[in-house]
Amino acid sequence: MEYEEAKQKIVDGLTKKQKVKSKFYFNDLAKILEEKPRVAKKLINQMVQEGVLEYWSSGSTSMYGLKGTGKQAHAEHED
Amino acid sequence: MAKHETPLLDQLESGPWPSFVSDLKQEIESRAKNEKGVEFQIPQDVCEDLLGILELSYKHGRTHWKHGGIVGVFGYGGGVIGRYCDQPEMFPGVAHFHTMRVSQPAGKFYTTKYLKDICDLWEMRGSGLTNMHGSTGDIIFLGTTTPQLEEIFWELGHNLHQDLGGSGSNLRTPSDCVGQARCEWACYDTQAICHDLTVEYQDELHRPAFPYKFKFKFDGCPNCCVASIARADLSFIGTWRDDIRIDQEAVAAYMGGELPPNGGAHAGRDWGPFDIQKEVIDLCPTKCMWLEGGKLKIENRECTRCMHCINVMPRALRIGNDRGCSIFAGAKAPILDGAQMGSLIVPFIKVEEPYDEIKEKVIEPIWDWWMEEGKNRERLGELMKRQGFQKLLEVTGFKPDPRMVQEPRHNPYIFWKEDEVEGGFKRDINEFRKFHQR
Repeated sequence: MEYEEAKQKIVDGLTKKQKVKSKFYFNDLAKILEEKPRVAKKLINQMVQEGVLEYWSSGSTSMYGLKGTGKQAHAEHED
Repeated sequence: MAKHETPLLDQLESGPWPSFVSDLKQEIESRAKNEKGVEFQIPQDVCEDLLGILELSYKHGRTHWKHGGIVGVFGYGGGVIGRYCDQPEMFPGVAHFHTMRVSQPAGKFYTTKYLKDICDLWEMRGSGLTNMHGSTGDIIFLGTTTPQLEEIFWELGHNLHQDLGGSGSNLRTPSDCVGQARCEWACYDTQAICHDLTVEYQDELHRPAFPYKFKFKFDGCPNCCVASIARADLSFIGTWRDDIRIDQEAVAAYMGGELPPNGGAHAGRDWGPFDIQKEVIDLCPTKCMWLEGGKLKIENRECTRCMHCINVMPRALRIGNDRGCSIFAGAKAPILDGAQMGSLIVPFIKVEEPYDEIKEKVIEPIWDWWMEEGKNRERLGELMKRQGFQKLLEVTGFKPDPRMVQEPRHNPYIFWKEDEVEGGFKRDINEFRKFHQR
């Protein structure tokens, strides 16, 4: 899958669900991309590097979200 | 006078053990005096607010910490654990109090210069409080603010040549016992493989794409000093294939009381003369030892490497010469389904650089399976339980082995596949009816 196509899919997929939730497991993203985890990881990493996505971690579990979205970003005065 | 009154915490100092409260007070004093003229980058009284919020938690019987967040260093999905307090007005010094995990050197060997350097860094850019080491094995830096994270990471990387450790759904910082550097029981070089895999799997350590955490731990022998069998998703425990080496003269010296058993470890009390029958032979779990004409004999084929006899008489009994490790999969602490110990997946494998066999035949196939089939927040041990040990054997290509049976009759079912059975599963119904009525 081309990177730009993958990016569009992720942005569209996550924006659609924005009202319900803002943080997603890696597997949710791989499912949106319809790719195996290893391939999906490369694409998703690039999106993090570009600042499209950002990591969220509870300490034990990691999740992904569109940069700047969700409660955490505001609640903790991080922006 | 202290910034916050802490009567409940003060009481903890009265016990017989070293107190973390006293340690914190020492750090409070040191930061207040600042004799070295450190340019503190986070509030100077951070430790006072830390004591204050802890006192409040004791009073309320509830935590005032929140954890998690988007804090981290750019490009890394682990190594920083966001911590915030829910009473920032009362305790502004710990409004942000993030933890940083720093990858510890294999075997935890340090120079004093290095220790001083990391302490200086943390004094200036953090609270000055550390955990050496956390239960993960990492160096834990306790408490800093968000703007300091990138600065600390830069200094760690450029000046101290050190990396952050793992947290979140990552490969966690691999951890090992002291190994062959100081221990004659180490059956392989734990530090070498620990370092090698840490370097090899950097991407897995820093960029989370696993369903949940994943831990490697390396124990040089079955004494399991880092408790890998109870904690690691993949634990590597040293073992040997040949015979325990016996020095009969030293056995006699132990029996005659010339050598103290257990290296003199229990010398604080008089336990009476050493009794080899009672203290070694009768305690052997497989009863594979006996005395014959004053000589110690071992039926090595029965030995399950419990290490007891070797621990008691280290000068007389030594590990064998044909050494390697056993690999266990799926240990975990109790969140779902209760705690699990590791299950044996590889009875014996040589541990030799560049460890290709371990990487390609064990680690990577297991990861591929778990990444595809694992549910969110499902540990490897839980997936093994859900899909079955047989599935793990299938994905790794290892053949079932009696040594993989945890206990007899634990699971009596053997699932044959159609292609393994002569004639398959289909039957000729007419032929069957000749013998069996409807």
